[in-house]
Amino acid sequence: MTARPAATRRRPRLAVWKFASCDGCQLTVLDCEDELLAIAAEVEIAYFLEASSATGRGPYDLSLVEGSITTPADLRRIRHVRRVSKRLVTIGACATAGGIQALRDFADVREFASIIYARPDYIATLERSTPISAHVPVDFELRGCPIDGRQLLEVISAFLAGRRPCVPAHSVCVECKARGNVCVMVAHGTPCLGPVTQAGCGALCPAFNRGCYGCFGPMESPNTRALNAQLRELGMSTPELVRVYRTFNATEEPFRQASEEAGDDA
Amino acid sequence: MHPMTPAPYRVRSRRPDRADTVTLTLGPLEGPCPPFLPGQFTMIYAPGVGEIPISISGRARTGGYLQTIRAVGAVSGALCRTRPGDVVGVRGPYGTAWDLPAAAGLDVVVAAGGLGLAALRPVIRELVAHGSRYGRISVIVGTHTPATLLYPAELARWREAGGIDVQVSVDHPDRAWKGPVGLVTRLIDQIVFDPRRTFAFVCGPEAMMRATAARLVRRGVPARRVALSVERNMKCGVGRCGHCQLGPLLTCLDGPVLSYERAAGLLAAAEL
Amino acid sequence: MNTVVMESLEPLVAGLRSDGFTVVGPTVRDGAIRFAELSHSAQLPAGRGDDQQPGHYRLTERGDELMFGFAASPDSAKRYTQPPRQALFRMRGAEVEETRSQAPRIALLGVRACDLAAIAVQDRVFLGGRHPDPAYRERREALFLIAVNCAVPGGTCFCVSMGTGPKATAGFDLALTELSAPHRFLVETGSERGAEVVAPLPHRPATGDDVTAAEEVSRVAATRMGRQVDTDNIQERLAEARDSPRWTEVASRCLACTNCTMVCPTCFCTTVEDATDFGGGQAERTEVWDSCFTLDFSEVAGSPVRGSGSARYRQWLTHKFSTWFDQFGVSGCVGCGRCITWCPTGIDVTEELGCIL
Repeated sequence: MTARPAATRRRPRLAVWKFASCDGCQLTVLDCEDELLAIAAEVEIAYFLEASSATGRGPYDLSLVEGSITTPADLRRIRHVRRVSKRLVTIGACATAGGIQALRDFADVREFASIIYARPDYIATLERSTPISAHVPVDFELRGCPIDGRQLLEVISAFLAGRRPCVPAHSVCVECKARGNVCVMVAHGTPCLGPVTQAGCGALCPAFNRGCYGCFGPMESPNTRALNAQLRELGMSTPELVRVYRTFNATEEPFRQASEEAGDDA
Repeated sequence: MHPMTPAPYRVRSRRPDRADTVTLTLGPLEGPCPPFLPGQFTMIYAPGVGEIPISISGRARTGGYLQTIRAVGAVSGALCRTRPGDVVGVRGPYGTAWDLPAAAGLDVVVAAGGLGLAALRPVIRELVAHGSRYGRISVIVGTHTPATLLYPAELARWREAGGIDVQVSVDHPDRAWKGPVGLVTRLIDQIVFDPRRTFAFVCGPEAMMRATAARLVRRGVPARRVALSVERNMKCGVGRCGHCQLGPLLTCLDGPVLSYERAAGLLAAAEL
Repeated sequence: MNTVVMESLEPLVAGLRSDGFTVVGPTVRDGAIRFAELSHSAQLPAGRGDDQQPGHYRLTERGDELMFGFAASPDSAKRYTQPPRQALFRMRGAEVEETRSQAPRIALLGVRACDLAAIAVQDRVFLGGRHPDPAYRERREALFLIAVNCAVPGGTCFCVSMGTGPKATAGFDLALTELSAPHRFLVETGSERGAEVVAPLPHRPATGDDVTAAEEVSRVAATRMGRQVDTDNIQERLAEARDSPRWTEVASRCLACTNCTMVCPTCFCTTVEDATDFGGGQAERTEVWDSCFTLDFSEVAGSPVRGSGSARYRQWLTHKFSTWFDQFGVSGCVGCGRCITWCPTGIDVTEELGCIL
């Protein structure tokens, strides 16, 4: 409760790991330029290849894990990461939902490999792209494609304070209206996934008069059936409806179901 | 001052009660603790972690509030980990009180489930101190296991003080347990009271309170003389956040102590 | 109440600005009528109207000179009386310091009768009880309210049913009625502050014709409500409708997105956010808008009391039209129709009430 001076405390050790991903979420960590020094004063950044060559050995107090599991090697490595991490927080849609590469789940990955690669037999890849939580226990999942820097800082400071991170699971609409956006669906007829998508981005796209793309995955109680009916009213075709849910969080169950239902309803 | 602004209170002492439960003595840095009524609660703020409502279990000899906290979440966990000397925030006391004056001259049944005993402790202390004001007094306590029994030493003292029938039932006995086993509601049939002239104070998990109150009413205790302490999500304690609504009630202002007459229909409605 | 006529609002806007107010009024932005700071009355949306239906809002061209020829806009006064985020306090060691910002002096131009009623409801919530909110009081006292009597109610309006409009009768500093041929404003003063603002501005006394014309505007507006609600015994009837099958039916259309509660001018529910610096030495609390449609809202011991969508919809509608009376002695609904217009799936509370009651 009472903060002890940092000098007399052992600083918690932070590690940042990458699996199948674009590095965008790790970049979000680096983009928190103003806060990075403050974090570094309180946390020992022990392993973070994107930022430095420092590869301090474990164990780590907090591991941030980016990326999904797509190869047999990933499978082995994530178990190691879990073993050396006291707390493991996954960051970004790849790590929390399998990411855009989970679109392979809707097709045959071997067929992809044979089309793309000259020697597909060199490719060791799994049938599916899966979130970290499918393989090891995860202490917290920070959603987004990419994650939101503000939320990341909240997760880190909440971890340091022993607080439940303030990362609400409600819809984007809450922050959209708090921000003062007008509803793009109602006022412009623009299809928007905001009502079924978890908040976190600060309603970025609606603030620029775009519909929400669902980057943060399904909200806590998504009623995609009701939204789909409305999206059809606004003129979305069945293929568009199927596609709109099949982006960064395509295999999150409510979104998978929503795209399948959209296809079935046609 | 803004109703959401806490006053700084110092943890004056910390007594572990059970594996996951402690009783803190909290006293303001400046001035005396505001007076409280049995059944009221404070909002205790663990700096940087959050704020939760906690019943006041009594006043320490030094004047501070005694507050018993079980570590179940981040905030309660942080409060349980405080050490004497630490500073927390306190607002209140808030909420309705156990209506002890209404029980004068009547038989009294105090029924506690688990941590609910903490909210009823001031009631029992009043009954012990002024037993002659009341008829037959029974305290029945249900607990998960013998090890999770709250305030065992005090329960023994109350029992030994005489004049009060104190009974404890456990859901899961250990080998040493010789007492009753099962839900606290079963103890209602083991104690002596005149239902038509009885006042009951009930606090525990909601299912326990509903079952106990229903049993007491079936035995003939008027619903208006059965008081419960209802738990809802309290974020503010002062009727401004809306979270603790239970039908027409704002639990923080209209409760937490409610008569079963008022609460029965509200608690029976699913997802109200 | 003193009644005068002004030919133009420009002196009023300029006068308020020179008095140190930030004048906020309706403008066209993002395809809607939005509150924004005004430096000139020419920024008002002259000739613009709106088409409001359940789940539908479009700006229209009226082709006339009316500056207020539209109904309730997506913004209400709530953003100014109860901002979405309010700093509460900072705690460092044993020091607790309140961190609320100074209330801005805002002159809000174009609030409607329903909005005034909503402010009165919020006054009861934040000032009427045992725990009055000094921050709210400061904001209210710094707020100068210029009402505009509705001439063109929208398709989702039902203030007549709720007894709150269309004419502003109380709670304003000034109330305008926009009149045509010639274009002018009948100005009623509702407070000493209002009279002081008007006194130095160009105006003439109102004639009987001006007053009659203004009464006609409100009379006609009252006949053009897009919606209505039977409010007889609504508190009791709704309390008794707890088991209506309609709750489940409406939940099938409800997104639980919270839009209705966010745009509602009386919805006051909040939650609190905790923040710490990385050293952990300083903690801050902030009160933020919340909604009864979120699962966290009713969480007790790790799970929500109102887990189903039907329970959450029932809570919102019952609170608005029934239990609000129990808690605050007044209806929580003022009939502005925003929840109907801004529901992405077009759920219409008046229709739901018709089915439930």
